[in-house]
Amino acid sequence: MRYLPHTGEDIAEMLKVVGAASLDELFSSIPEACRRKTELDLPEPMTEWELNDHMEALAKSMAVAPEYKLFLGAGSYEHHIPASVSYLLGRSEFSTAYTPYQPEISQGTLQAIFEYQSLTAALLGMDVANASLYDGASALAEALLMAARISRQKKVAVSTLIHPHYRQVIRTYLEPAEFEIIELPYTRGGRTDLSGLENIKGLGAVAVQSPNFFGCIEDLAAIGNLTRGTRTLFVTSFTEPLAYGLYKSPGSQGADIACGEGQSFGIPQSFGGPGLGMFACLKQYVRNMPGRLIGQTEDREGRRGFVLTLATREQHIRREKATSNICTNSGLCAITAAMYLASLGGTGLRELARLNYDKSEYLKKELRKAGFKVAFDGPTFNEFVVEFPNGAAYQRLLDQKVVAGLPLASYFPELSDHYLVCVTETRTKADMDGLVEELKIVKRG
Amino acid sequence: MKEFAGATGLILQEPCLMELGRKGRLGISIPRRDVESASIDETLAGEVLNFPDLSEVEVVRHYTRLSTWNFGVDTGMYPLGSCTMKYNPKTNEKQASRPGFAGAHPLLPTSLSQGVLRILFELERCLAEITGMDAVSLQPAAGAHGELTGMLVFYAYHKSKGSRRTKIIVPDTAHGTNPASAALCGFSPVNVSSNERGVLSAQTIAEVMDENTAGIMVTNPNTLGFFEENIKEIAEIVHAKGGLVYADGANMNAVMGIVNAGDIGVDVLHLNLHKTFSTPHGGGGPGAGPVCVKRHLEPFLPVPRVLDENGKYSLSYDFPQSIGKLHAFYGNPGIIIRAYSYILSMGKELKKASQLAVLNANYIKERLKGFLHLPYDRPCMHECVFSDKNQASQKITTLDMVKRLMDYGFHPPTIYFPLVVHGAIMIEPTETESKEDIDVFIEAFKQVIKEAGENPELLLNAPHRPKVTRLDETSAARNPRLTCGFGNG
Repeated sequence: MRYLPHTGEDIAEMLKVVGAASLDELFSSIPEACRRKTELDLPEPMTEWELNDHMEALAKSMAVAPEYKLFLGAGSYEHHIPASVSYLLGRSEFSTAYTPYQPEISQGTLQAIFEYQSLTAALLGMDVANASLYDGASALAEALLMAARISRQKKVAVSTLIHPHYRQVIRTYLEPAEFEIIELPYTRGGRTDLSGLENIKGLGAVAVQSPNFFGCIEDLAAIGNLTRGTRTLFVTSFTEPLAYGLYKSPGSQGADIACGEGQSFGIPQSFGGPGLGMFACLKQYVRNMPGRLIGQTEDREGRRGFVLTLATREQHIRREKATSNICTNSGLCAITAAMYLASLGGTGLRELARLNYDKSEYLKKELRKAGFKVAFDGPTFNEFVVEFPNGAAYQRLLDQKVVAGLPLASYFPELSDHYLVCVTETRTKADMDGLVEELKIVKRG
Repeated sequence: MKEFAGATGLILQEPCLMELGRKGRLGISIPRRDVESASIDETLAGEVLNFPDLSEVEVVRHYTRLSTWNFGVDTGMYPLGSCTMKYNPKTNEKQASRPGFAGAHPLLPTSLSQGVLRILFELERCLAEITGMDAVSLQPAAGAHGELTGMLVFYAYHKSKGSRRTKIIVPDTAHGTNPASAALCGFSPVNVSSNERGVLSAQTIAEVMDENTAGIMVTNPNTLGFFEENIKEIAEIVHAKGGLVYADGANMNAVMGIVNAGDIGVDVLHLNLHKTFSTPHGGGGPGAGPVCVKRHLEPFLPVPRVLDENGKYSLSYDFPQSIGKLHAFYGNPGIIIRAYSYILSMGKELKKASQLAVLNANYIKERLKGFLHLPYDRPCMHECVFSDKNQASQKITTLDMVKRLMDYGFHPPTIYFPLVVHGAIMIEPTETESKEDIDVFIEAFKQVIKEAGENPELLLNAPHRPKVTRLDETSAARNPRLTCGFGNG
């Protein structure tokens, strides 16, 4: 086996030094009753070339671009990834390193993540960002746990327009800690209904997502005004951070914690993972943050360098009193996001965000022209909800290798025949015109 | 013998990203604009961010230079204990990056995503076979996430029995994340000590196990590198009081094909695909922490589960006792595909990998034990733990020695862990290191020990060769500077 360097001679010499007669004898400290009785029942090892054939056959069964045209977002977004980014993150000095516990020989990872923290904090309008969490959903769960620690109140209000999967993850995390979760309904305009919020006492946190699950931009400033000066922390979540290349940041609207999914920033969709849990907050909460932090410092010669810092919050020091149990996070995805944002720059970020917005507005307009109803009027970014009255349309398009959005009925039963449609920079005008034409044909019957 | 690898090349300086570029440059190809600009509600629009604008070549040079300041498994031996820094096969990277996998949307109709679903299903079966457990969830995104999943299963199991247990037994040889994972589920850790052999004695557990204790979290082999030889008896004690046994499988690399966790009383076990199953650690993730359970706990596993009906794969949420979801989608298929490729490439040879990992560790232990203090002198599994006791009289610490190892071209071992050994040096070579490389590592360590006596300054000021010398961690924590200070930070 090409990954195992030992020759028979090596093994014999090493066994002699160890004082064991055979490889089996190395395990003599394991009681007989604990030994496995049977050989591993696994297939014969594949050669590299057999593996290629096997994996290619499996990969071919997947519906992906360019063969398929997807108008599907809902927490995972198809964006172009520059060859330079894929190439750079393949540098094995980044990918085959461990968590940078030994800073002198990990400065590459450390500086790259420090830069990621800086970019993330600026994008979200916050003071500080951590080195990443697993994904957007677990980041939100950690944000609510953190808010409860700070406010010492275990009651949280959560918008029903937060991604349904994220709400499931929150419930999983918060259940044993005996949180009370109040779900805020949504308005006819497709935003979180804040009318009841003022009357709920003792809230540790209010959490909304913007753009929300329907693609609509929430009135973050209104929530910021409600929570300012109270014990309640304002937590904003997101699934599409590119929106902040165009829209005002959560921090500028009064958020205390901003967290969400960073997959859009150069990370392949990979059937939902690995993603990137982005997490940022105000300075005064930094010692309550979950996850790793990289800080700038100096070496003995006074040269700039970077280290893991504020570790006293963390599980390996603080044990059961840690701010989180997280250890391995999404380090390489954080570096990927930084590479992607570095490639865009401030100018490119605005241009790309604007293109997503304009394309999505184009499809919205064309659908309306063709007589389809866009369900919610509020401003959106690159996703919106539209009604296709005839359920046959979705299937007909699928047969033509077009995925016309996400059917919402299983998430919101009141929205049968409604679809969450996404348009990023990867969809062309011709793709969108084709979609509208097909829908028109179905509509005419 | 080979020469030591440590040397210095031309190390290039590179500023922070924010100090680079010039307004108006672009490092990415923006797609052609084929629609008109739409109007926007200006009250919602933000300002253009003050990110640096760079050309593609500036981005490439920036990150290429940063990468050269790093040490990875591809650079050299990385004997970080309990982290299993084995070689990360390159074909695994190729498989995961196939467009059919990398470009797959997680909410595709299942009829259009059979390939990935089949991989998820088959990897679950492989991991069940390797561990001797019955059912597997691939959803947890890392080891600590797997521990949390395991503790949530404990919680749900006891709840289903109508009880709310509040304690959990955690030995001093368990992994560092265990207590924090348990605390998230409302369990307070009851710390117990290992015995003079470096393992748990059944008596210790019998003394603390009661009807208010949810169970035990045991790392096996433990962080001293020993197999918990009393595990069956311990499991019986815990089970008799209605508790469950959780095994942290971070050290699974020692016992593939040798021990069936399912046969020794373990109820829940997590694995680290980024340790045992060769996926790259990425400088801090992403990883994957699958959780394996015995049949009686299967109803509690996270949803969705992957089902196979005559070769047709689907995702099901129909498990009413499930603990719920832990990840936005299904965990990290990008990592799972790499581990699947590894297992298909290795097959039954996985047992050989464990045997050679244990051989390498014992070889290092034997050859270094006359030079470094070995607190537990007995055969080890995949890692061995030394201490700096012999160097105490020279006022040389573990930290000084391992910093000096860098100059010889090695990544340091894990240090000051486990806490049960003062000044611990925990060495895990893994099976992918050759005898020659291990011999050079041993020689390097001997040199360092010799220098400790002859020229301690050399160690106290080490490392000398990397781009930076020791960094001031105290002031980093006292006055945290966590961003480069643009934006409003």
